[in-house]
Amino acid sequence: MDNVQLLATLAGAIRTGGIRIVDLTQTLSPDFPQIALPPEMGQCWAFRVEEISQYDARGPGWYWNNFSCGEHTGTHFDAPIHWISGKDLPHNSVDTIPVQNLVAPACVIDCHEQAAENPDYLLSVADIEAFEAAHGRIAAGSWVLMRTDWSKRKDPEAYQNFDETGQHTPGPSAEAVRFLIEQRDVLGFGSEAIGTDAGQGYHLRPPYPCHYYMHGAGRYGLQCLMNLDLLPPTGSVLICPPLKIQKGSGSPLRVLALVGA
Amino acid sequence: MTMPLLKPRRKNPVLRTRQMNVPPGARSRVALGMTAAAAEGRFALQVCADCGAVQYPPREACHACLSPRLPWREQSGLGTLVAETVLHHSNDLFFRERLPWRLGLVHLESGPTVMVHLHGDVGAAPQPVRVGARLDRAGQAILIGFPRDEVPHMADDKMLREMTHDPKFRKVLVTDGMTRTGQAIARALVDAGAEIVWVGIAEPWKRHGSGLDEIAKLPQVTLMPLDLTDSRSVTELAGEIGGKVDIVINNAEIHRTFGIAARRGLDAARAEMDVNYFGLLRLAQEFGPALKGRSADGVVSATAWVNLLSIFALANFAPHGTYSASKAAALSLAQCLRAEMRQAGIRVINVFPGPIDDEWNQNLPPPKLTPAAVAGAIVKALRDGVEDVYPGDVAQEWLERWRDDPKVLERELAAGV
Repeated sequence: MDNVQLLATLAGAIRTGGIRIVDLTQTLSPDFPQIALPPEMGQCWAFRVEEISQYDARGPGWYWNNFSCGEHTGTHFDAPIHWISGKDLPHNSVDTIPVQNLVAPACVIDCHEQAAENPDYLLSVADIEAFEAAHGRIAAGSWVLMRTDWSKRKDPEAYQNFDETGQHTPGPSAEAVRFLIEQRDVLGFGSEAIGTDAGQGYHLRPPYPCHYYMHGAGRYGLQCLMNLDLLPPTGSVLICPPLKIQKGSGSPLRVLALVGA
Repeated sequence: MTMPLLKPRRKNPVLRTRQMNVPPGARSRVALGMTAAAAEGRFALQVCADCGAVQYPPREACHACLSPRLPWREQSGLGTLVAETVLHHSNDLFFRERLPWRLGLVHLESGPTVMVHLHGDVGAAPQPVRVGARLDRAGQAILIGFPRDEVPHMADDKMLREMTHDPKFRKVLVTDGMTRTGQAIARALVDAGAEIVWVGIAEPWKRHGSGLDEIAKLPQVTLMPLDLTDSRSVTELAGEIGGKVDIVINNAEIHRTFGIAARRGLDAARAEMDVNYFGLLRLAQEFGPALKGRSADGVVSATAWVNLLSIFALANFAPHGTYSASKAAALSLAQCLRAEMRQAGIRVINVFPGPIDDEWNQNLPPPKLTPAAVAGAIVKALRDGVEDVYPGDVAQEWLERWRDDPKVLERELAAGV
């Protein structure tokens, strides 16, 4: 089968439902919580929407809105330039990332039971090895997605999960991040929580290891994903092009997964 | 003795809600001097700078010596009720709907004889009384004859309650409960007898350690999601409770401590404007119409709107420069809101505190206002029916310097005095 045929077959399979498309994106809404930094620091804007007109005096025949948000609002993509460790890499912003990286296979490591028990759960190298023992070695150039079912926390307070010591959400350990980059050459890391790093990631070494190592190695991040429980452990393909923002550090985006059967 | 106001019965929902007809509001430019003083809770009359004559009603020239030099001076209001009458008929719609109505003539110790509305606790003439100025539902100064001494439940007098905004039995929205000031306001309203205090919370995940959980335990308090940066949130809350709110207290604010050079970029300044200015605009567009529609709805009608501004709204305090600018914008918008709400008889009260003793004023030296003092000033303003309040020593001093010469104050502030 040549590539033209391959593509036609793919399109046909999508049309007939032989290949399903799963939406991994949270709806952009003012109700979806925004990452919270200490108040004296700069803040990423939450999603906000203002009506331009709604079939009224401001525009009699049409309805439309203006919206505002940050590059890191809602389900979003992190480019290497987001972190200081990736600031000088080539093709490190959303407008210059090679587009073939925006369509790539994904592995989904299921940690939802551990996260239910411990909101500060850190994905370990042992978890990755156990995954590979069951599903095969993680291929180079793959996304690794951490399924925690965190996206099922629909109440923003439960989703953010703050207490007096800060945020408590799951993420990867520093060792797991290095393993994925150095031993498996992954494309990036994806999470259901509000960041790719754990809520307590500031206290890890280095602080925010997933951001620090992934972006330092030119890899990407996806966060605020959902529906990871609908994906197979391996074999899905993600389509996740961020907006082409000049020198953008990231962007809200629609993340779609192609799933065979 | 005034009968204490009893908790009113629930409204019959099939009856039409009575609409407001405001009392006569026309005043000459000179007469507005009395309104300006009453707006701050003072009873002032023109006192001739040349011959000392006290004059009423206000005029362009002294009735005794024709001097045009007639500064307004605060009056004690002590006098004698010399005549009284009870209106049983009026062609003015406001009074027609509130008959019978008691009026009197008071001979003031300072000289003039003035026309007053009579408090129910003032006995038959002749009678010693104390005259005070209040704003009526048209926002204009009127004079009231009070008994010389305080009597129980004075605030519950039917006539006086038309001029004031006592929170007793009323339903109040406080727009931000995440701050100590918001919590103090909610507590003060509960203590003042408010029936319901809705307390807005934005970003509820930040509530830990805020003190919010303490006021949430009060039976009168109900927490409501409200984020003034989010138009949809404001619209939704107005849809839910707008038709029941009698008093809006907009205390939500963002306060950062930067001038122009101390912070790169717009993020902090924009966040301040988004809450302090656009937040007020969003709130006013959504809650304003509902309040206006209920301003004559019985003894617990919709009645007032309170804006927590800052004394920095009058003149820029450069170390908090962008905050000052946002409060100046809010003050301007609050004046617009007042102009629009006055037509419906809703009072807009602007509160201009000096620095409040909170985290963002941590580096300012005392004196600083406690949150409880701010809350107390707001409740007092509602009870007194004033328009502008400058609580605390710092605010009073700034106000005095600003009135004396705004340009001089600008220079002093720039020099850090």
